[in-house]
Amino acid sequence: MLEIKNLQVAVEGNLILKGVDLHVKPGEVHAIMGPNGSGKSTLARALSGHPQYEVTGGEARFEGRDLLDMDPDERAREGVFMAFQYPVEIAGVNNGYFLKAALNAKRKHFGQPELDAMEFMQLIREKAKVLQIDQSMLSRSVNEGFSGGEKKRNEIFQMALLEPKLAILDETDSGLDIDALRVVSDGVNGMRNPGRAFVVVTHYQRLLDYIVPDYVHVLSAGRIVKSGGKELAHELEKKGYGWLEAGTQPVGA
Amino acid sequence: MSTSTETIEQLATREYKYGFVTDVETETIPKGLSEDVVRLISEKKGEPEWLLEWRLKAYRLWLTMKEPTWQNVKYEPINYQDIVYYSAPKKKKVLNSLDELDPEVKRTFDKLGIPIEEQKLLSGVAVDAVFDSVSVATTFRAKLAEQGIIFMSFSDAVHEHPDLVKQYLGSVVPYTDNFFAALNSAVFSDGSFVYIPKGVRCPMELSTYFRINAKDTGQFERTLIIAEPGSFVSYLEGCTAPMRDENQLHAAVVELVAHDDATIKYSTIQNWYPGDKDGKGGIYNFVTKRGLCQGRGSKITWTQVETGSAITWKYPSCILQGDNSIGEFYSVATTNNWQQADTGTKMIHVGKNTRSTIVSKGISAGHGQNTYRGQVRVGKNATNARNYSQCDSLLIGDKCGAHTFPYLEIRNTTAKVEHEASTSKIGEDQIFYCRQRGLTSEDAVNIIVSGFCREVFRELPMEFAVEAQKLLSVSLEGSVG
Repeated sequence: MLEIKNLQVAVEGNLILKGVDLHVKPGEVHAIMGPNGSGKSTLARALSGHPQYEVTGGEARFEGRDLLDMDPDERAREGVFMAFQYPVEIAGVNNGYFLKAALNAKRKHFGQPELDAMEFMQLIREKAKVLQIDQSMLSRSVNEGFSGGEKKRNEIFQMALLEPKLAILDETDSGLDIDALRVVSDGVNGMRNPGRAFVVVTHYQRLLDYIVPDYVHVLSAGRIVKSGGKELAHELEKKGYGWLEAGTQPVGA
Repeated sequence: MSTSTETIEQLATREYKYGFVTDVETETIPKGLSEDVVRLISEKKGEPEWLLEWRLKAYRLWLTMKEPTWQNVKYEPINYQDIVYYSAPKKKKVLNSLDELDPEVKRTFDKLGIPIEEQKLLSGVAVDAVFDSVSVATTFRAKLAEQGIIFMSFSDAVHEHPDLVKQYLGSVVPYTDNFFAALNSAVFSDGSFVYIPKGVRCPMELSTYFRINAKDTGQFERTLIIAEPGSFVSYLEGCTAPMRDENQLHAAVVELVAHDDATIKYSTIQNWYPGDKDGKGGIYNFVTKRGLCQGRGSKITWTQVETGSAITWKYPSCILQGDNSIGEFYSVATTNNWQQADTGTKMIHVGKNTRSTIVSKGISAGHGQNTYRGQVRVGKNATNARNYSQCDSLLIGDKCGAHTFPYLEIRNTTAKVEHEASTSKIGEDQIFYCRQRGLTSEDAVNIIVSGFCREVFRELPMEFAVEAQKLLSVSLEGSVG
């Protein structure tokens, strides 16, 4: 589904990712871990096409197509979703209206009829129930005045609605208390299926107790320095990142 | 704005949709302004002597006045002798029905999406269509007359209801008011007249559609709306003009009078030709609009969406004379390319317990310059007056400007006046967030802007709110690279 080869990404002229390889197959959950500044979020944002993240080398293919050649909105409509670390507030724009616009943009892309307000409300009610989303959140402005937990839940809610093929979670656990973490994880786990893949970026092992990954990769100084199964996360929790960082040769995925 | 990208794609392929010219035989007087021209206009309209006298007094005063220069807009001096002050589609005789209207004129309004045949009309909207200097059609006159509502062109009102016109003309905006009001009073050629009798709730939206067609012609129209005690009316004006390289002047006067417990909602969707992307051409929209809340508990609401014109310069205002009267002003003004706007309102609190609300949203893109200028004045007898003002500016790009000039003049210690202002930029992060959800960057800007304007759009009549949003998305076309 996602094939990344030797990906190099710069932010404001500074090379952050220095050659990352990653292969994600449908149905898999990959966790990207690493210390602060290792380039985890850069990877997530570069894959979703954030304009400040400049790809300077390497390639990324999504379902065989050149992902880097697509505009951010085209990537989204094709099924790449990123749950933001810091979801953006848009004043005055009704959350439900925003979701409908996003969903219909995607439906239109695939030649499906757009949902009208009634159909949309029905769909949204079902999804909201699963994620324990309060209906009132839909009539508020996008993320405006939301608590940290509400924002993250809103991200997962959008993901549930847009049903992406590839979901990238950018430090979704940061700022969540244990209850919110459980709700968010349940939402993600409920969406796991053989056709969908997840790339979960996180600093802490804690999230991976709830969203159990198939593979764990450790990023350090812009490279993947170690890859393994879910047990690698536990090892990291015990030992920290230090033993992987200093002078370790990249292992590659 | 539509959630479908189709609308945007359609819009992207053109610049100003209404820029066509209608080839119609007109009766046009030579350029220039003099007492003779004033007399000629009055004569063409078969006006009574008192009105000609009024025009002449205005003209003589205007000659002594200086064009104001305090506004925050820049333009080359206007040569008032280089303007045509009267141009009308030729007609053979008095129109008895729409069938006799010049088919080209009728086609123009069809093309603008303003149907002037009653059976084709939006349900619940009556239209007065003004083409250059004259009103060419007014729909639903008969139906409205059944309830005693008068809705007709200003010229017809002068003949059919001279007492009402004489009583109210210039009562809110006297010809002495300012340079452009004096000019308008001297040469105004037509406009709309509305009278709502006591206790009547006008059953449909009344709407006037202004079209400038002829070259070198200025449009000077007057609108007069009178709402008797306990009545209600919602009125909307729209405007467009052809694309021309020369600037054209539109200097209108609007007067509203609300008696006890009457409500007037006045909405404007202004889409005059804004000039091209290099700032050439476009309409100078220099307008005086004022409402008098004369009676107790009366209410006047101005809602304006200003997307067109090379220069917009106007301050729809309320004089809150009656106790417990209410004035409201909701405005969205956009300036793109080289457009300039200096707009806002005046809320003059005279009566006790009067309240006013000002919500102004300025959007600047390209090299656009957008100024909010507003005055809140509380007189010494206006006990317990309240005002709330909110001025928000949104900047798109880094070559545009937003300016806010609030003036507060409070002479009563019981007054409560609040002013809030904010300036924000459409962030790359906001646009990226929308795009990551599958919206194109145009849709992203539109959705962010419509959110910004929401408080104003919700004040518009339903039928026109959608129109306004679409208009806004066109006006900001190409503002994000």
